[in-house]
Amino acid sequence: MESRSMDADIASKTEAIVGRLKPLEGPLLPILHDVQKEFGYVPKAALPVIASGLNLSRAEVHGVVSFYHDYREEPAGRHVIKMCRAEACQSMGGDELGERLLALLGVDWHETSADGAATIEPVYCLGLCACAPAAMVDGQVIGRLDEKMVTELARAVKA
Amino acid sequence: MTVKIYIPGDSGAVALGADQLALSMRKAVQAQGLDARIVRNGSRGLYWLEPMVEIETDAGRVAYGPVRASDVDGLLAAGLIEGGGHPLRLGDPEEIPFLKRQSRLTFARCGVTDPLSIEDYRSHGGLAGLTNAIAMQPKAIVEQVTGSGLRGRGGAGFPTGIKWNTVLEADGPQKYIVCNADEGDSGTFADRMIMEGDPFVVIEGMIIAGIATGATKGYVYLRSEYPHAILAMNRAVVIAREAGILGASVLGSDHAFDMEIRVGAGAYVCGEETALLESLEGRRGVVRAKPPLPAHKGFLGRPTVINNVISLASVPIIMDKGADYYRDFGMGRSRGTIPIQIAGNVKHGGLFEAAFGMTLGELIDDIAGGTATGRPVKAVQVGGPLGAYFPRELFDTPFDYEAFAGKDGLIGHAGIVVFDDTADMLKQARFAFEFCAVESCGKCTPCRIGSTRGVEVTDNIRNGIDPENQITLMTDLCNTMKFGSLCALGGFTPYPVMSALTHFPEDFRPDPTMTGSMTQAAE
Repeated sequence: MESRSMDADIASKTEAIVGRLKPLEGPLLPILHDVQKEFGYVPKAALPVIASGLNLSRAEVHGVVSFYHDYREEPAGRHVIKMCRAEACQSMGGDELGERLLALLGVDWHETSADGAATIEPVYCLGLCACAPAAMVDGQVIGRLDEKMVTELARAVKA
Repeated sequence: MTVKIYIPGDSGAVALGADQLALSMRKAVQAQGLDARIVRNGSRGLYWLEPMVEIETDAGRVAYGPVRASDVDGLLAAGLIEGGGHPLRLGDPEEIPFLKRQSRLTFARCGVTDPLSIEDYRSHGGLAGLTNAIAMQPKAIVEQVTGSGLRGRGGAGFPTGIKWNTVLEADGPQKYIVCNADEGDSGTFADRMIMEGDPFVVIEGMIIAGIATGATKGYVYLRSEYPHAILAMNRAVVIAREAGILGASVLGSDHAFDMEIRVGAGAYVCGEETALLESLEGRRGVVRAKPPLPAHKGFLGRPTVINNVISLASVPIIMDKGADYYRDFGMGRSRGTIPIQIAGNVKHGGLFEAAFGMTLGELIDDIAGGTATGRPVKAVQVGGPLGAYFPRELFDTPFDYEAFAGKDGLIGHAGIVVFDDTADMLKQARFAFEFCAVESCGKCTPCRIGSTRGVEVTDNIRNGIDPENQITLMTDLCNTMKFGSLCALGGFTPYPVMSALTHFPEDFRPDPTMTGSMTQAAE
């Protein structure tokens, strides 16, 4: 019963987003961005609402959601850490720092720690290549990461 | 007179503590009752000095850096707002060799002005190009851009004027200008810097493109990894609309042009122009076969100019100062300036805009000052994840589209990533395949399957499983990907792989100490 009322809530909020953004040329990505902003992920219950609003099949909408790395099909942890894994960060020891962070939180890439504290995502370039290695924590950018900062970061997100 | 204290709001500076610094400075200025105002400018691009604070004095700008929040009290005590002496004082920023040696045309205002002040923009030469363009016939604008020799700065290097001409001559009830701001290449940040530091120049370039081709609507497809740039561009569009620069009557003329900022969703392949258009239309970012060209059938099947941020941002100065002025910079068929992004393991990393023609060696040894770690340079990747790795033996290669192609490399979006002698080139080759596998749109087989087979082959080499045959196989695979892929993702992944093999063959010999398999998987 509870999940049904939650789905109804998702449907009505999604409908409002679709109604607002539908007039755009190519509205699907803006809609999905707003749905994810609203719920923290793109809930399954939102897909049929989007599909019928845009006259698409559910499969088409699902195909778009699953194509893009940004869209989550489940809620993330309380904090989201995006670690850059691209070349400029590699050249400054980013690989080792990434492995260290994963070990400290006991997760692999794309996973959320068991206590729900943090989700770790790889990102391929934040454009902070002249102050590598770089990361983004809950939207805040951090440059010149080192081992000490990574250890503090792991402690801070668990707190 | 109120003194202006410039503290960059550029995300690179913010990543190094500029927001905390600005907060501390604001509090201290208030507490001490100083007549000063903080301006969040863009970055000058000298990242080893960020956050770099600048003060406007009667004798010109005085810079300090790198400044931390904890330095604020000491700086103010030393007379910061009069440009007073302090160990962090750098003097006139324009006299810093890294900046002094540049030719800043596209980035002339970046780091100097308040990015969201239209008054600053105008007083530093902004809108002069657009004003000239409004008085011209579309054909004449296209000719001026063609005459400047400007080529696509996104990587492909296609002449911008020729692209515009195709759209000008195409028929359609609605034409579009699409700005490709999906700057996904590692080692590149020029698009980010200009959007954060001088967003109006991108808007001005798009409006000129619109007037030149008959397009009245523009889109910026901006990657989601750049939240600061998204914010700056969105604010700039609103300000430009209020100022009558965008809208039904551009600067009071008969021309209409308006635009929107659209945010990507983390797919590297959407930097490819046809995948970008698919994404903009709301579909999976799958590459389209060409022809038809986007100039004929682009966004929503209508004639579309799709240009990189820097290409568009270079147009206003061409329309302001003339085609000859721009073309007189550069060498061979590479005309004008190119914002080179020096990144990775370097002492002095940042943005270096210069005329084409400087050698790789000058840039790395001289301008960048070698590696940050102080170790010898082993390899330099030029042009992003699809660019070749260059060894020191090729450091005499000049920055020029054709010269790089002649050495089996590419300039791409002009990012340079430096690696010291601890780099393992087999690992870098593996990463190139792995990245291609993660980001492949899946449309064509060489890219979709070849990238995964490539990862396996490099693992076999690492593990000493029949290495000679595996190297032959890898070479063959690269050949298939290069000639059989639909776009540059699969087609150019062989560049980093084959350059690593060609220039660093010793790294592809099996390591006798390795026993297990490489299990480091990305996705």
